[in-house]
Amino acid sequence: MVVVRRAALEIRREEDMVRVRRSVRQWADELGFGLVDQTKLVTAASELSRNALVHGGGGTVVFEALEDGPRRGLRLTFTDEGPGIPDVELALSDGYTTGSGLGFGLGGAKRLVNEFSIESRRGAGTRVVMTRWK
Amino acid sequence: MDRIPILKMGAFLLVTIQVDMHDRLAMALQDDLSNKIVETGARGVLIDISSLEMVDSFIGRMIANIASVARVLDAETVVVGMRPAVAITLVELGLSLHGVRTALDVERGMELLETALADGPR
Ligand SMILES: Nc1ncnc2c1ncn2[C@@H]1O[C@H](COP(=O)(O)OP(=O)(O)OP(=O)(O)O)[C@@H](O)[C@H]1O
Ligand SMILES: [Mg+2]
Repeated sequence: MVVVRRAALEIRREEDMVRVRRSVRQWADELGFGLVDQTKLVTAASELSRNALVHGGGGTVVFEALEDGPRRGLRLTFTDEGPGIPDVELALSDGYTTGSGLGFGLGGAKRLVNEFSIESRRGAGTRVVMTRWK
Repeated sequence: MDRIPILKMGAFLLVTIQVDMHDRLAMALQDDLSNKIVETGARGVLIDISSLEMVDSFIGRMIANIASVARVLDAETVVVGMRPAVAITLVELGLSLHGVRTALDVERGMELLETALADGPR
C-alpha cells in the first residue's frame, strides 16, 4: 500500500470543521468515491473533528490518498493532545457521552468507514485513524 | 454573527438552511425559531435541508430539539428535502430523528402540516 498524496489541516475553531468537511468532500470526489460514500466520509470526519475540538481542545487532521494495487482509499487521522479517553470500548458504545451530545459520534463514525482504530491514554491525547476504500 | 433567516408563510414558518452550518449558527437558529414561534403563534415549522450535504449528530440533535421545543409550543415540525445520500448516512450513523416528520419538498411538507392541523385536536 502506498500513500500517493498527503495534507494536513488544523482544527482549532468551529469554522475549521467546515473546512475539514469541504476538504474531505473534495478529496473523496477526486479519488472517485460516489455520492453516498462521499457523504459517509464527510459525516464521519465531521464527528471526529468535533470530538477533537470539543473533547480534545483542538487538534489536527491528516489526509492521505491511498493506493493498494487497484484499490484506492482515503485515510484520515485525527490527533489531539487533550485529556484522552479512559475507556475506549465504553466511549464507542451508542448513547455514551460525557458531554451534552447524543453519544453517537464515535460509534457512528466507525460504522461509516471500513477501518477504524482509536489510540488513547488518559492525559496523553487521542488519535483516531479511519479509512474508507472505494 | 450570521443568522439563518426565518420566513413566515401563513400559519407556518419556513427555514431554508443554505450554508454548511457551523455549530454556533445551528444553536442560534434553535433560539431564533423558538422565539419566532411564540411571537407569531405559528402552528407549523418547515425546515428545508435540501441544500445540506450532510447531517451529523450535532445537526441531527438540533433538528430533534427544534421539533420537541416546537411541539411544546403547539407547533408541528416537518423536515423537507433530505437528500437520499444524507438519509442513508443518517441511518448508518444511528440517528433515528424520531418524532420528526419528513416530506420530499416544501409543497408536500405544507400539505402534511395542513392535514395535521385539520385532524389534530386544539
Ligand atoms: N478526542 C477525544 N478526547 C477526549 N475524549 C473524547 C474524544 N472523543 C470522544 N471522547 C469521549 O468519548 C465520548 C463519546 O464520544 P461521541 O463522539 O460518541 O459522543 P459525544 O461527542 O459525547 O456526543 P455526539 O453524539 O454529539 O458526538 C465523549 O463524550 C467523550 O467523553
Ligand atoms: Mg462526538
